[in-house]
Amino acid sequence: MSEAAISGSNSTLVDDWSADKQAYHVPWGKAMMWIFLVSDTFIFTCFLTGYLHVRLTTTDPWPLQSEIFALSFGGDPIPLILIAIMTFILITSSGTMALAVNFGYRRDKKKTFWFMVATAAFGASFVGMQAFEWSKLILEEGVRPWGNPFGAPQFGSVFFMITGFHGLHVTAGVIYLLTVAFKVKKGHYDKKGYEIVEIAGLYWHFVDLVWVFIFAFFYLL
Amino acid sequence: MAYVPLADQDSEMEMHHPHSWVTKYVWSQDHKVIAIQYGGIAIAVGVVALILSLLMRMQLGFPETFDLIDPSSYYQSVTMHGMIMVVYMLTALLLGGFGNYLIPLMCGARDMVFPFLNMLSVWVYALSVIILMSSFFVSGGPTGAGWTLYPPQTTMAGTPGHDMGIVLMLLSLAVFIVAFTMGGLNYVTTVLQYRCRGLTMMRLPLTVWGIFIATILGLFAFPALLVSAIMMLFDILLGTSFFMPAVIESGTPLDHNGGSPILFQHLFWFFGHPEVYIVALPAFGLVSDVLSTHARKNIFGYRMMVWAIIAIGGLSFVVWAHHMYVSGMHPYFGFFFATTTLIIAVPTALKVYNWVLTLWEGDIRLNAPMYFAIGFIFTFIHGGLTGLFLGNVVIDLPLSDTYFVVAHFHMVMGVSPVLVIFAALYHWYPKVTGRMFHEGMAKAHFWITFLGTYAIYLPMHYLGFLGVPRRYYAMGSTDFIPESAQDLNAAITIAALIVGAAQILFFINIFWSLRNGKPSGPNPWGSASLEWQTPDTPPKHGNWGDELPTVYRWAYDYSVPGAHEDFIPQNVPESEEPTADEQHFDPDHDASKADA
Ligand code: HEM
Ligand SMILES: [Cu+2]
Repeated sequence: MSEAAISGSNSTLVDDWSADKQAYHVPWGKAMMWIFLVSDTFIFTCFLTGYLHVRLTTTDPWPLQSEIFALSFGGDPIPLILIAIMTFILITSSGTMALAVNFGYRRDKKKTFWFMVATAAFGASFVGMQAFEWSKLILEEGVRPWGNPFGAPQFGSVFFMITGFHGLHVTAGVIYLLTVAFKVKKGHYDKKGYEIVEIAGLYWHFVDLVWVFIFAFFYLL
Repeated sequence: MAYVPLADQDSEMEMHHPHSWVTKYVWSQDHKVIAIQYGGIAIAVGVVALILSLLMRMQLGFPETFDLIDPSSYYQSVTMHGMIMVVYMLTALLLGGFGNYLIPLMCGARDMVFPFLNMLSVWVYALSVIILMSSFFVSGGPTGAGWTLYPPQTTMAGTPGHDMGIVLMLLSLAVFIVAFTMGGLNYVTTVLQYRCRGLTMMRLPLTVWGIFIATILGLFAFPALLVSAIMMLFDILLGTSFFMPAVIESGTPLDHNGGSPILFQHLFWFFGHPEVYIVALPAFGLVSDVLSTHARKNIFGYRMMVWAIIAIGGLSFVVWAHHMYVSGMHPYFGFFFATTTLIIAVPTALKVYNWVLTLWEGDIRLNAPMYFAIGFIFTFIHGGLTGLFLGNVVIDLPLSDTYFVVAHFHMVMGVSPVLVIFAALYHWYPKVTGRMFHEGMAKAHFWITFLGTYAIYLPMHYLGFLGVPRRYYAMGSTDFIPESAQDLNAAITIAALIVGAAQILFFINIFWSLRNGKPSGPNPWGSASLEWQTPDTPPKHGNWGDELPTVYRWAYDYSVPGAHEDFIPQNVPESEEPTADEQHFDPDHDASKADA
């Protein structure tokens, strides 16, 4: 390619993007994580469209979520309170993750480590609350994947499938974060650079974002 | 730390070095070994699928002659044949096999970006194949639901393999998707981030473009299959009703209600149609490079070819419901999907014209790979034209689920990619092994396969017009199918058996030539693209010796006037060109010619 072609008039977006060596000026791990997340987005999109579809086609009435997902602390039941707390925790964990990334680039190993551990702890408590919610639904309300006392059997099917799939993502994320955190502590990335923290962070933010959609589609709709 | 592009990094940084035999050939992280592992497994299951198809043909051609096949095992053969051919053979061979071998070499890289993940990919793929094959040995046998696995019949008692078989099939598909994702992330990222100096995207050989876009399609389409597999597994194992409406099975209502079988069809075909192009696009790429090399001409309209691949890839996500015209959907829906389907024909036809124009006035060398590549143009045009008909709702309604459809998809996505695969296997065989194959045997293989293909599938179009239904164990006696259809069926079967047997020539050839083939030298076809310029043949671990190559031109500088060998490899700088010629064509210099 001549110099003119590089710097000249036809330096369009396409030329820029298709320049030699690499399309994005990021480490390959980050590019790969982005591509994976787009692919994963398709999985969740299929789950959610599938959910909307069966909700429209099922013959029985759809249960009232706000009543099922209510929790009472002594007094009157408060609709969706547990989910609100869970959502709040997950969003907070995105904040701590962002801090970890920031300290990673400043090569502050100690703070990076602790913020990652905090993020993982938030994640773990999210999974814990989800387990609590599941057991309440199963044991007290009698909701099963194949049926429930409130209406369309698909309600339980979709609920357990989608929140379960998301819960697995969170669990995997907790393990991933802890692994990276301990490697950070040991100084494993001193030479390689701390992009890995950001890459793990991308995954984590994605899992949070997906939750917002699940929350909106499942609990509010 | 300043960020250094991979292509500029010290070669020692990311390489692992195998020491023992096991790390070299079994748990290998070398993309070339992984490619051969992928290819070997894929070809082996392909042979299983081929044998199943011959069993079916024997039943259809000579009913009541072989006790081996009863209606159940016929359905199971249809299903396993279709699924294996499409997913476990073609997808794995084209992306896992050719993708792994060629992407790093054609990109001037030492390996994939993440070799460990790449190694996991092939072994997880092996696991998925083992799960699939194990369904032959469980009680009830493999599923007989047809490769489309439509519920509710898939899980109902009348269908063979409705208990264990289908569970293993779905499980195996899920595992396959995991394997594909691990490999696919590598292929895409390697193409984007790991190209050597000077190798812009618009200088990549079309092979890389085809595999690159096909992998992206796979990463976006397989999720739909994964989700439908998970949902169906829930229906079977947990008794949910995602896809199961209220059904009465031999008098007793099943424990399902309110599910939507149509949802499965949508999810399946949202995967299924792009899957056609996951198979076709790599084949398009490979065949472009084979045609151009053996015609000693640059590929006609390189930029157009790239954009056509991208356009086809994008459009392939909005045509899926043309497989569902008979599902009772709204006519406006059909209208929409017929329109998009016909639009996809435009970039596809463009590619065909460009292949033909690449041959036009070329200095064609009729080597065996070229035979197969030209054969592909025939079969692809043929299958493509019948596709245009089937894309129209009114024509598809009577032809749906007849042998016309069987003939169509075998021409377009069965035979065509297989011919390209043979072309590519013969074409790159010298690079992989350092030896030439036996030319005469390869040509005999071509003629029997190519002519046999027509003997098999041309009559099937006619059977389809007669209304012979697809997926039937036997025709029985019907008014509308004349007796003579049976003679045709017998003839088809004989042709199929001959074609099947002829594949032995291929295996003899590649194994015999491993030892006895003439040494091929590094670049027997005089090819300009990067993979033929490696310091060693077959390329060693790390591919490029001490220094990564630098690229100065596109991959198609053939028949350059004045060049001493009639072609200029990609890594030859302009200063070493024989004449500072104006003829030499680089799309970065001169876009007007490419689009002309
Ligand atoms: C010599 C080569 C082949 C022969 C003789 C052959 C023969 C057959 C036969 C007899 C059927 C069943 C038709 C029916 O009863 O409806 C079938 C179905 C099918 N074949 Fe092939 N086939 C061959 C190669 C391939 C290849 C390379 C592919 C790859 C795409 C392929 C894909 C399929 C598919 C997807 C089905 C449909 C399965 C179903 O209906 O569920 N076949 N083939
Ligand atoms: Cu299609």
